[in-house]
Amino acid sequence: MTSLTLVRRIKARPSIVFDALTTAEGIASWWGPDGGPVLVAETDPQVGGRFRVRFRMLDGSEHESSGEYLEVVKPERLSMSWRWTGGAEDPGESLVEIRLRAVAEGTELTFTHSRLHDEESRRSHEEGWNGALDKLERHFLATERSFP
Amino acid sequence: MVNYSERLDRTFAALVDPTRRAILARLEREDGASISALAQPFAIKLPAVMKHLDVLDDAGLITRSKVGRTVTVRLRPQPMREALDWLRRYERFWSNSLDRLAAYAESKEAEARKNRR
Repeated sequence: MTSLTLVRRIKARPSIVFDALTTAEGIASWWGPDGGPVLVAETDPQVGGRFRVRFRMLDGSEHESSGEYLEVVKPERLSMSWRWTGGAEDPGESLVEIRLRAVAEGTELTFTHSRLHDEESRRSHEEGWNGALDKLERHFLATERSFP
Repeated sequence: MVNYSERLDRTFAALVDPTRRAILARLEREDGASISALAQPFAIKLPAVMKHLDVLDDAGLITRSKVGRTVTVRLRPQPMREALDWLRRYERFWSNSLDRLAAYAESKEAEARKNRR
């Protein structure tokens, strides 16, 4: 199970966060790993609807991902299938799940991107190799330190 | 790129199995273990351990070297490092995106409050 989970606390109510996640205007203002522009933001946030987002990174490279909305429950749950399109990047389909919970200061957002690799890892135990990776990472960091 | 993807497939496939992960974790504590020492904690026969080592070797996660009658197994960091880098790309992508999402939503929240006044 190859997955990534991130949690953010946001000083905005869940409905505003939900709109930021699902409207073209919202997506165009945050999507992407650096300050590069979003070139295309298409969304149809209903079950079976699709999204497509294309962005340019500051290094000039362009990337596009798309998928289908699998679960749209405003303002608390959003899931979609996700894949890189039109590039040499990871070809497989993965799963993005977002949960929004109202908290005193606004919203707690839990983001999970899972099924990040092949069928075989998808069927494997949920616990496990992320922990194994962490441990091994420590090992390799130690190795790098001792052999610079 | 295909090679890169195939290498990742092999790495992840090798890591799926709990016995193989245990072998790697053992090597992390004790690099350069003999095969008999590696096999010792497991309730499986030596040939089964050898098969797991073949998979790890094919994925480039270990190397085996023979001195006299003893085969020594060592960790090989490169494929694991690639797998970590690959995972970190996603982490960087989403972590930065979510930071900007938070900033955007917070500005929208401030706007909504101002308009209500």
